[in-house]
Amino acid sequence: MAKKTTTSGWGLYPRVDASVRRAHYRRDLRTDDETSVLPQGSCRSYGDACLHDHVVSTLPLKHLLDFDPEQGLLRAEAGVTIEDLIRFAVPRGFFPPVTPGTKFPTLGGCIAADVHGKNHHADGSIAGFVEDLEMVLADGSQVHCSRHRLPDLFWATLGGMGLTGFVYAATLRLKKISSAYIQQRSIKTANFAETCRIFAETQQQCTYSVAWIDSLKKGRQLGRGLILLGEHAPADQIKKKELFPLHAGSRLDVPFFFPDFALNTWSMRAFNTLYYHHQWSHSSTTTIHYNPYFYPLDMVHRWNRIYGRKGFLQYQVVVPFADGEEIMADVLGRIVHRGIPSLLTVLKTLGPANEGLLSFPIAGYTLALDIPFRNTDIMPFLRELNKSIVDAKGRVYLAKDAILEKEDFAAMYPKLEEFKRVKRLYDPEHRFRSRQSDRLGIT
Amino acid sequence: MRALVLGAKSAIAQAIVERLDGYDFALAARDSEELAPFAADLRLKRSCAVELIEFDALDTDALERFPHKVHDQCGPFDLVVLVFGYLGDQRAAERDTTAMARSLNVNFTGAAIALSHLANYLEESGKAGGIIGICSVAGDRGRQSNYLYGAAKGGLAIFLQGLRNRLASTPVHVLTVKPGFVDTPMTQDLDGLFLVASPAKVADDIVRAYKKKKDVLYTPFFWRWIMLIIKLVPERVFKKLKL
Ligand SMILES: Cc1cc2nc3c(=O)[nH]c(=O)nc-3n(C[C@H](O)[C@H](O)[C@H](O)COP(=O)(O)OP(=O)(O)OC[C@H]3O[C@@H](n4cnc5c(N)ncnc54)[C@H](O)[C@@H]3O)c2cc1C
Ligand SMILES: NC(=O)c1ccc[n+]([C@@H]2O[C@H](COP(=O)([O-])OP(=O)(O)OC[C@H]3O[C@@H](n4cnc5c(N)ncnc54)[C@H](OP(=O)(O)O)[C@@H]3O)[C@@H](O)[C@H]2O)c1
Repeated sequence: MAKKTTTSGWGLYPRVDASVRRAHYRRDLRTDDETSVLPQGSCRSYGDACLHDHVVSTLPLKHLLDFDPEQGLLRAEAGVTIEDLIRFAVPRGFFPPVTPGTKFPTLGGCIAADVHGKNHHADGSIAGFVEDLEMVLADGSQVHCSRHRLPDLFWATLGGMGLTGFVYAATLRLKKISSAYIQQRSIKTANFAETCRIFAETQQQCTYSVAWIDSLKKGRQLGRGLILLGEHAPADQIKKKELFPLHAGSRLDVPFFFPDFALNTWSMRAFNTLYYHHQWSHSSTTTIHYNPYFYPLDMVHRWNRIYGRKGFLQYQVVVPFADGEEIMADVLGRIVHRGIPSLLTVLKTLGPANEGLLSFPIAGYTLALDIPFRNTDIMPFLRELNKSIVDAKGRVYLAKDAILEKEDFAAMYPKLEEFKRVKRLYDPEHRFRSRQSDRLGIT
Repeated sequence: MRALVLGAKSAIAQAIVERLDGYDFALAARDSEELAPFAADLRLKRSCAVELIEFDALDTDALERFPHKVHDQCGPFDLVVLVFGYLGDQRAAERDTTAMARSLNVNFTGAAIALSHLANYLEESGKAGGIIGICSVAGDRGRQSNYLYGAAKGGLAIFLQGLRNRLASTPVHVLTVKPGFVDTPMTQDLDGLFLVASPAKVADDIVRAYKKKKDVLYTPFFWRWIMLIIKLVPERVFKKLKL
């Protein structure tokens, strides 16, 4: 019997004592050692999507297998992280086509969550760039799937949170870039309506966009923030020695859990106000390296400890554009009203949905914020919020979820029955399951 | 420069390979085909030549021809890194001849025979080169929990010492490595480990020590002092300890 280790997602809630078997070779991706298993990457999902009593860690599967510089096609094992990918791709003039807000997730984890980046409104989620998946299924068989080959398996796996089988390797189409830099334009907004209006105005022309929201402002200033727009900077705009420098490692660390009182409304207010007023002018343009642009949070190692030992939830929802502005303003208003100290609150627009059966993105506004677990009465409050999201035909992002209820989940994901059908086909005995899939009634 | 790595599937072996700049590689292992992803990754990132070759330390009859097989299939080589090893279950092996023989034959007999022929090859090639042999702190003093493995690894350390003496007048350098506990598949299910090092840390030390032409390396360094103290405990006392 393998040893038990305490595992948790990035939100440090919940924690599960699990046996962790590390996969070094493709043959280690099997289901017959345990009654049921879950593939696990970097545990950068926040809640219980990456948790189960028996997990198979794909982190040692970190090899790049093939690269075609003409087409920008990279074939790599699932445990390769976005950072590994960047280290290889940037010096060769390429970048991940879609990246989450941290570079530590694995390719397998990004596929399982069908991640979206700041360019979702323009480019869609990562699924659009996955040309082929090499999988190991519940019965041990090795298959390829893609939009053309076993498309049912492909669209159940992209966004399927590890429940269809092990992704061993994937072929990803990279994006060509002409420098490692981003031209960033930031626009200060006065309130929620203005934030939404500027999104609407800039959608068409920009590749990357995201808004940081001052989560402590109420009333007329509710939803004020900074919209950050970005483009890959062309080579002739760069006045540096090197066009493709890589990032350095992070130096800052949170070596211990912050006590609960450290993050209170006052310290948060100071932080938010400073951040907002950091920029004086209404709009400003700068050229910055990809690292601070895409991965500001990676600068501080283990920053998830600042919310204390009890951990936190990242609450991310999307609602369709129709009435989206009012609904998001209402949701944000209720959260702000409770005085929830979220260090980072982010609003973004998403483009059209893809065929992923459990993929999160649908066209609309998505809001993400941190909710620390301090007192227990936060649960009923969040469940109330979820009801409003259901009413608005919106949904919660599974990669961040730890508390969603079965019924709400089923209402949010109309293709759930289709997903279950495909899962029965490829994994009739539920060899693949997670805490989340048990909670949500998928397994 | 080409390095021949014996037991290239080990996590420590791969960490060493990643740190040996400027080398091409012949990676030897059982079922060496499984190393294809590792080899592909190396070729892509480092643009070096990487060849895979079958090797089983228990196939004693093949060991004499092995250096020439490597030479023919992969090209001439000047560095040999011997990493393979087999821990086994001490308690079970005490009553099981096959298990007993396996531990002795992999860790000592196979290793010593392979290295003898490889040393001849390196010496005859007349080029500057080296041998890195991975032993273990377990070979410094016999303990009830792993003396079979320990005896074989201790034997290998003495073998390497003799080889170093023999090759001292040639340009072939011999480095003996004695790691403490390392976090690898070998130790994944063991309890009661302490001061566990990462393969990366151990490999950093090994490559640095080889470049500096060190003779014996304890890694991490504090194991030298820990083993010194352990070796100083009088046998009268030591034999009663539950170690
Ligand atoms: C700071 C931060 C910012 C983030 N920003 C974004 C963002 O902008 N956009 C976004 O979409 N997400 C974002 N995320 C979420 C993150 O990208 C996803 O949760 C991603 O799934 C994490 O990948 P991982 O390797 O850590 O996987 P884990 O968290 O370990 O696992 C996540 C899921 O992937 C499955 N899985 C992992 N490997 C495999 C495999 N080889 N085969 C099959 N299934 C597998 C697991 O079973 C699990 O269901 C962010 C997370 C953090 C911490
Ligand atoms: N881990 C520790 O704490 C520790 C401490 C001190 C010393 N060491 C030594 O460090 C070395 C590397 O071990 P590791 O920790 O990296 O463990 P590992 O991953 O288990 O590596 C051992 C390797 O030896 C190979 N091997 C076993 N029998 C073989 C045979 N008959 N022929 C060829 N190869 C064979 C195995 O190959 P297969 O994959 O084909 O089985 C495996 O790749 C070993 O010599 C070990 O004794 C380890």
